[in-house]
Amino acid sequence: MINLDDPKKFRPLRDQAHQVAMNMLRPISRKYDKAEHAYPTELDMLAAMIDGLSESGAAEGAGAAGVRRDETPEEKGAGAKNGANLASVMSIAEMCWGDVGLLLSMPRQGLGNSAIASVADDEQAKRFEGVWAGMAITEPGTGSDSANISTTAVLDGDEYVINGEKIYVTSGDRADAIVVWATLDRDLGRAAIKSFVVPKGTPGMRVDRLEHKLGIKASDTATIIFEDCRVPKENLLGSPDVDVKQGFAGAMATFDNTRPLVAAMAIGCAKASLDLTRDLLEQAGVVIDYDRPALTQSAAAAKFLQMEADWEAARLLTLQAAWMADNREPNSLEASMAKAKAGRVGSDITLSCVELAGTLGYSETELLEKWSRDSKILDIFEGTQQIQQLIVARRVLGLSSAELK
Amino acid sequence: MDLTKSLPARLRPGGRHGLAGTEVRDPIGYAVAALGKLAQSDLLDRVGLRKQAEQAVYTATRTGFQAATRANRAFTRSGSRQQPGVRVPATAPRGVFDLTPGEDEQMLVDVVTEFADEVVRPAATEADETCAAPEPVLKASLEIGLPILGVPEALGGISEERSAVAGTLVAEALARGDMGLAVAALAPGAVATALGLWGTEAQQQTYLPAFTGDEVPAAALALSEPAVLFDALTPSTTARRTADGFVLDGLKSAVVRGAEAELFVVGAELDGNPVLFLVESSTPGLSVESDPGMGVRAASMARLRLEGVTLPADAVLGETDGSTYAECVRLSRLAWCALAVGTGQAVLDYVTPYVKEREAFGEPVAHRQSVAFMVADIAIELQAMRLLTYKAAGRAAAGKDFSREVALARRLCAEKGMRIGLDGVQLLGGHGFVKEHPVERWYRDLRAVGVMEGAVLV
Repeated sequence: MINLDDPKKFRPLRDQAHQVAMNMLRPISRKYDKAEHAYPTELDMLAAMIDGLSESGAAEGAGAAGVRRDETPEEKGAGAKNGANLASVMSIAEMCWGDVGLLLSMPRQGLGNSAIASVADDEQAKRFEGVWAGMAITEPGTGSDSANISTTAVLDGDEYVINGEKIYVTSGDRADAIVVWATLDRDLGRAAIKSFVVPKGTPGMRVDRLEHKLGIKASDTATIIFEDCRVPKENLLGSPDVDVKQGFAGAMATFDNTRPLVAAMAIGCAKASLDLTRDLLEQAGVVIDYDRPALTQSAAAAKFLQMEADWEAARLLTLQAAWMADNREPNSLEASMAKAKAGRVGSDITLSCVELAGTLGYSETELLEKWSRDSKILDIFEGTQQIQQLIVARRVLGLSSAELK
Repeated sequence: MDLTKSLPARLRPGGRHGLAGTEVRDPIGYAVAALGKLAQSDLLDRVGLRKQAEQAVYTATRTGFQAATRANRAFTRSGSRQQPGVRVPATAPRGVFDLTPGEDEQMLVDVVTEFADEVVRPAATEADETCAAPEPVLKASLEIGLPILGVPEALGGISEERSAVAGTLVAEALARGDMGLAVAALAPGAVATALGLWGTEAQQQTYLPAFTGDEVPAAALALSEPAVLFDALTPSTTARRTADGFVLDGLKSAVVRGAEAELFVVGAELDGNPVLFLVESSTPGLSVESDPGMGVRAASMARLRLEGVTLPADAVLGETDGSTYAECVRLSRLAWCALAVGTGQAVLDYVTPYVKEREAFGEPVAHRQSVAFMVADIAIELQAMRLLTYKAAGRAAAGKDFSREVALARRLCAEKGMRIGLDGVQLLGGHGFVKEHPVERWYRDLRAVGVMEGAVLV
């Protein structure tokens, strides 16, 4: 039965996340926007709380780590399932309504954890449980064309030897481990790209510097150098076989799980702007009327209606992608649709809210200007707007990457 | 021409032919205008210089042909005016986020999709040209049960619970065939559904038997008015109370199959609130005037003029406090959203193979990102439109407040739906501009979304 309201069973989780975001993240939001590279120690307590909730089962999938797909087949005919993926996008959106940068800095909730959850076998999933993992894909010369990475991993006895330079590693300095993408053989192309878990302190891995950024300053973004860095061969996530037929699919499967999460971040950040702007507009006497035509209301109200419609669209596309994952339907297309829409809508909304609020929005006395800086990265990392459009176009048109470059 | 205006005012060009009132003529302008008048004058015809080929019958393809409304069948009065009518219960969703239609809904969609593919789409071009839905198409739509989709089972319909989702899915599937024909086929159902939702026992027993029988009457939900910045919630059509009923005056527009309709639901302001009135087509004081638009032409749209239309006291449909009217407006907007989604899907289905087959510079144009990204954005926004529409429909069916959701769906469908129509033509280039391909019709049809009020309802 078609019902697109938030699932009943996750409403307490959503409301709980909202309370945490409001009472724990918002009060320190500006502080860590100013103190770039300072570690938000307040988050340790929060992470411990979330761990506690997870263990008690009260917070099914309340974070990035919860996106592992349930492999046990369900009984057919039991109807649609609402699981960890939906719970994750709902709670992450609420946390990012609080602060995107702080959410990204949450211990054990990094995108590397999503990668482990998505690709690891059972033994690895168990071994890396509780490990806070960052994700290292991008290189100085390789961004969106991640099949082109030059970091290498060479098997030497029981160990892989990793060499290369990675940039834009979120939580690269703080995490317990880094999931690094490297190629086993550059001549074999994308099929040879594998991901490796490198624990912090492994000789040969060092943080070279931290970036100064436009937004999400609470989150540290590291450049990491690998020089003859040795990890046990069991730290290669998934299968070590180079399956040319399967190609890039193994590593890229991570993105089907993480893109809805990033879309959720954009939705949360945009909602923060919408909520405050609506309040400010109402204080100024502009009330949004859902029944009257937008064009007979003020231009501000009309703009707000357009933004809210776009926001709702992005949110539903994101819930759809997560719902499909929960029901074990392939969702690459829908995940990219969600991220494309949420990414561009996130920028439009947060920037337009600054414009609507004038110098009040532009000033650091309010958070509107911060949200409009934080939102920009969400249309870039885990696949830019253009990469999402490319993926959607290839799927809709049935074209290969050789045909539609 | 308005004879009350002074001569200088009449010589001014503004106010006609799409000219703003600020336009002025210079001497050359006057000379050209005079020449133009002569060219248009029937003097030429009287002296035999031009063939007279005027059709003196009502024709829906031209603006301004006037006629009396159709003499309707005798609706036999029955039932109690005081008793509320039969109501179907709201759906009871189990609180799970779910995009899967119910089994019955899916079966219905499959049937309607086949009908849209095999009957509706092939008839669309001619229906657009002639501004009329072919009789066989309308007959077939009755067989599927379109008019009784929202009529309670107890009254001979097929609805066991609130059918807003089923209605939405059906409207979408039909519009994938053709929006104009979808509107023509769904219009009687809009009136029947309104009777099912808000009619008294007497109104249901008087009118619904005609809709559940074999000879389903044309009927129209008339909410729009031809006014700039029209707000459906404040119609300028008025209803005045009399000793034993009401008198209605005003002008409604976009009235589907107005010349054939036997029953209208008309929106008018009563004591400061918008209210729905049931008006039989034989009521004195009614006249229709053909009023075709840029698109949705198969719906034979007309203006309905009401001059001192006297109605009995039981002509009010639903509440007089504006609540029924507001719900009607929302449910109608929901149906238009569904039509936009269906038509948008038709565009996507059409341009996808086209851009892969059409070659330029030695390869399919789809191999260029500027082309491929337009298709991607159509797919993304279309799915977004669909999800917003379904969310509103689900809430409407469950009896929840859906005013916010339908407003957002309408906003997105109006903006992105038009964009899809625009890009559909652009992707075909010059071929999109000519009638050899249907994309120009979808362009015209999609402009209706966000403009239209009433006509359809789920």
